[in-house]
Amino acid sequence: MKIASRFLTRPDAVRTVMVSLDGEPVAARAGDSVAAALLAHSGDASRQSGKGAPRTAFCMMGICFDCLVEVDGQPNCQGCMITVRDGMVLRRQRGLRKLDGSANA
Amino acid sequence: MPDADLIIVGAGPAGMAAAATAAAGGGRVLLLDEQPRAGGQIYRNVGAGGDARPWLGKDYAAGRPLVAALQAPGITAEFGATVWRIEAGPRVVWSRDGESHVCAARHVLLAGGAQERPVPFPGWTLPGVMPAGAPQILMKTSGLLPRDAVLAGSGPLLYLIAAQMIDAGAAPQALVETQGPAMMLRATRHLPRALMAAGTLAKGLGLIRKIKAAGVARHTGAAGFRAEVAGDGDIAFSFTAGGRAHRLVTPLLLTHQGVVPSTHVSRAAGAAHEWNEAQQAFQPKRDAWGATDVPGIHVAGDGAGIGGAEAAQAAGRLAACDILHRLGRLDEASRDRKAAPDRAALRRAMAIRPFLDAAYAPLPEFLAPEGDTIVCRCEEITAADIRASVDEGANGPRQVKTATRAGMGPCQGRMCDLTVRGILAACGTRPATPRARTPIKPVKLGELAALASHQET
Repeated sequence: MKIASRFLTRPDAVRTVMVSLDGEPVAARAGDSVAAALLAHSGDASRQSGKGAPRTAFCMMGICFDCLVEVDGQPNCQGCMITVRDGMVLRRQRGLRKLDGSANA
Repeated sequence: MPDADLIIVGAGPAGMAAAATAAAGGGRVLLLDEQPRAGGQIYRNVGAGGDARPWLGKDYAAGRPLVAALQAPGITAEFGATVWRIEAGPRVVWSRDGESHVCAARHVLLAGGAQERPVPFPGWTLPGVMPAGAPQILMKTSGLLPRDAVLAGSGPLLYLIAAQMIDAGAAPQALVETQGPAMMLRATRHLPRALMAAGTLAKGLGLIRKIKAAGVARHTGAAGFRAEVAGDGDIAFSFTAGGRAHRLVTPLLLTHQGVVPSTHVSRAAGAAHEWNEAQQAFQPKRDAWGATDVPGIHVAGDGAGIGGAEAAQAAGRLAACDILHRLGRLDEASRDRKAAPDRAALRRAMAIRPFLDAAYAPLPEFLAPEGDTIVCRCEEITAADIRASVDEGANGPRQVKTATRAGMGPCQGRMCDLTVRGILAACGTRPATPRARTPIKPVKLGELAALASHQET
């Protein structure tokens, strides 16, 4: 079940770009951070913690690291510090990452 | 030859004002900031053209001239630049796009600003709970507006954000305030001094009037926060106020207990710090010009103690005057003369702080939580875990960290070190300032290795 976004998006003239989230196409406002785009898309968790708890972007200013997300194959990227680009491939992380970037099963 | 006379870390009000003053005095300035644009959090994105976003208000728009002044010759500004080390020299090591750079200067000014105080309570890690400053950043950068949110906590920023949400057409469903009559009573003795900043007081009263006029439900004296998952992913927020238990259902619970200095950079630089009891936060020790006990390193703005944007600008200019003097570009008498208006402005802006600090003090339940409330969000360490480590003999932040892993995650204690300190103090210890060490933001090993080979050549 997809949880509705916890935010209202102001309708305005900003261009949109397309990214993918776990393989699903998602429209995002050009210029938004990855974390903002994910918050606009849904109210779901954007990752699971090491103990499997749902988390999503929190501070939006680069200090809390709760917005960690895989961006174009790079794990543990701070979603709030990266601007969305057309064609960006995003994946939610479930649990912590190993040194080689794979899931710490 | 050094890369600059002055490297400024942080392009908020303090850093921008210092850059302009130092450059006008003939200094070569390198300004570094982690965000994509100048402004800091308070003026975040203010320089981006096109979208006026009038609901953010006049005080937000006041950041424009500061950003514009960075075009002065003599200022080189680098954005997306994450500083991760300050070393003797002084030299500043910063990273961008996976590549690190080492820059040397005669002086370094740390103007890293503030962060929101962590507000730990049961459920604060759930999606749908955020610090109130986070959606304000989204309102500045993304045009996202909080939907049917509840604002909970206390402090002037909470009123400002409520007013901005109302003006944007996204009024909160409720404002749940933690301050009660006893705190206001304690604060009244600071009112005469606060009248020096009558304009700021009047602004605050105006915000409260706006919130009342908008018909936002208000509770005061609230405590006992708890968030749980309700249906459809909403948050069920329960608390007590006025002797009654309350429960509100909202997609977005926004909490706030004031802001605290961001001190990782100044601590890792080796500057001595002190505990500010009134503000319940650590801050670097500095003289009247912002000089720390580390040669070549000044601090200014909220990162040196919370004072707000106007105080930060004044402190930034004062530090820049002192640095120009130390560079031999301004004699002592000229420095003092040039600094006089900023010193007066700083005194005026700080006059309201004792009142605000007392009236909107954080609640003990957030300073020293108990039970299964998560304290360290990264490592998922609870208050009970930390209290157990204290029972077993830990009497300072290092022992707690070793025993529990609290503070060992990627945020490096930014979200928990004040709470660990609060628990240690509540348990009767006299906790030391926690250490912050290089790299103060995560850097990949490959990036470190590339830097090492570069330095050998």
